[in-house]
Amino acid sequence: MADPRTIDIKDQPGFRTIAIICVGVLYVPILILMVFSFNTGSLVTRWEGVGLTWYGSALLNEEFHAAAENTLIISVSATIISTICATLAAIGMTRVKPWRGLSAAFMVINLPLMVPEIITAVATLSFFALIAGAFGLNFGIGNLILAHTVFCIPFAYMPIRARLEDMDLTLESAAADLYATPWHAFRRITLPLLVPGILSGAALAFIVSFDDFTITQLVAGPGQTTLPLYIWNQIRRPMTPEINAISTILLLVSILFVSVSFLIARRRSK
Amino acid sequence: MTIEQERNLPPRAGFLNGVIVPEQPGKNAIEVRRVRKVFGTGEAQVAALDTVSVSIRENEFFTLLGPSGCGKTTLLRLIAGFDFPSAGEILLHGQDIAPLPPFKRPVNTVFQSYALFPHMTVADNIGFGLEMLGKPKAEIKARVGEMLKLVKMEALSGRRTSQISGGQQQRVALARALAPQPKVLLLDEPLSALDYKLRKEMQIELKRLQHETGITFIFVTHDQEEALTMSDRIAVMSAGKILQVGSPHDIYDRPAERFVADFIGETNFLKGTVVSKKSGVATVKIASDAMVAAGFPDSFEPSGEVTVVVRPEHADLIADAAKGTVAGTLSNVVYFGTDTHYHVKLDGGDDFIVRHQNSRSSAVAFEPGAKVGIVFEDGGARILRD
Repeated sequence: MADPRTIDIKDQPGFRTIAIICVGVLYVPILILMVFSFNTGSLVTRWEGVGLTWYGSALLNEEFHAAAENTLIISVSATIISTICATLAAIGMTRVKPWRGLSAAFMVINLPLMVPEIITAVATLSFFALIAGAFGLNFGIGNLILAHTVFCIPFAYMPIRARLEDMDLTLESAAADLYATPWHAFRRITLPLLVPGILSGAALAFIVSFDDFTITQLVAGPGQTTLPLYIWNQIRRPMTPEINAISTILLLVSILFVSVSFLIARRRSK
Repeated sequence: MTIEQERNLPPRAGFLNGVIVPEQPGKNAIEVRRVRKVFGTGEAQVAALDTVSVSIRENEFFTLLGPSGCGKTTLLRLIAGFDFPSAGEILLHGQDIAPLPPFKRPVNTVFQSYALFPHMTVADNIGFGLEMLGKPKAEIKARVGEMLKLVKMEALSGRRTSQISGGQQQRVALARALAPQPKVLLLDEPLSALDYKLRKEMQIELKRLQHETGITFIFVTHDQEEALTMSDRIAVMSAGKILQVGSPHDIYDRPAERFVADFIGETNFLKGTVVSKKSGVATVKIASDAMVAAGFPDSFEPSGEVTVVVRPEHADLIADAAKGTVAGTLSNVVYFGTDTHYHVKLDGGDDFIVRHQNSRSSAVAFEPGAKVGIVFEDGGARILRD
């Protein structure tokens, strides 16, 4: 790799300073949040001692349990449904003859990434209000699952599509050549090779659903408090380090999923 | 190899162990009838195959040879079923298979990239075709074992295909395609990814496999040497057409067209005018006013302006310029170890190369700048269609 044009970024003036500032701005607040979760005192701004007091109280907190349960139900359901939709969409857009409206379909799938979330939130809220008014339909927590599924699809779609596009098409030709019907070729060759992409997409979808606030806040009905909403409600009251403990738990779950997604992606590129 | 083994071989035309086997009318494995393949529409239409017809006999090692873009891979894909002809028929043992999808054709392919399934073991790859055909487990196991033995890969049957070398992948790809005992095996430049030494080994290996299995091989390559050494018959293709079909000997010694002579081996071209014709031999006056006696194919009546071709090894240098069929000045001598190339500027202005096989006794007797004569072997000069 002795390319003379390669510039070593570390040699650029001010690189170190800028890098430290960037990393600091990004992570110091999170670090402070995590440190204060181990505070034994009852104020989030004054340090009194090290302990797991607030983790204990968080784990015994019934409201936190209910919020965590809601979050899991919604995130897991939305992840499963959106990943299935995304997989089918990705196959339909890479493994068939080009059809009219292919690029339009691509845009429609990715639109939720571009539309400001508050717009989607208001639109979803009015939509559910409309069908509730017109047909008397209310799916309860299903409303939230549906709303989450919609914005999870593009996140699940991206890695699945990337994996399909990377895949050597001659593998499918080879399967067909060896007497595999299109279904068998998909079941035995395409799908197993697609699994890393699907898992990666599912992990991304889960994380996006797990920490969604804007849409959830508008669409959620009574008793449908998710973890982000619960935290939001807590900080409007006098704050205790319990909120730091809960946030830290949330953060660890997020990191876990992102890491899984990253590791899968890395294994696939090997 | 003994003569005994030779007798068991299926009849075929070609060149075996130094003996020319006469062509024998066999049954055709594949018949391609007036096949056209057009890509694109309207103005952007390109005919990748322009009304091609060819018959490939049973148990034959048949090669489609041509430069890239000549349509050889397109023809292979049509036979495999990955593409469908725009017009024409493809018969397999007399039955039209052109409209069938690839999984309904008793034809298997060895891909240029091998296309081994990366999530399966070597054995699972080889057994895949049989499994898809719904064969019983015991039969699959036995057949996979046989195939592993045939390609000498028994020791690696449990490996993932990503854990074996390129040459080994090549063998697995061959075994996988041979396992379902196809009527015809298609090979799409399968040796192009291998280094020189491994390629030579695999050429011999492929011939052996074809002898042992008795399956018709259709081999696609752009490497003329590979085609000459391996094939029973060769079809030379250019710009979507088949220019000539014949044994390696036919193709090399009696090329039907200028393109064939130019593509395969080295050739000297001399422009001239036909002066007279008599029983398959024409007298041609070339640029230096020298008269050259040249044969020509039966299918063709040369007249007027023609091109005479002479292979460099079908000509020899003599010191007496006046006695040569043509004469010129030696401009360069290139020593290749096994042979020496003499570059001659003919008196008429054409360039001419003479190849002389070196032997222990032969000394380089000609120096650049010398006036030399060139004589042609009997039948060495031929007139070709442009």
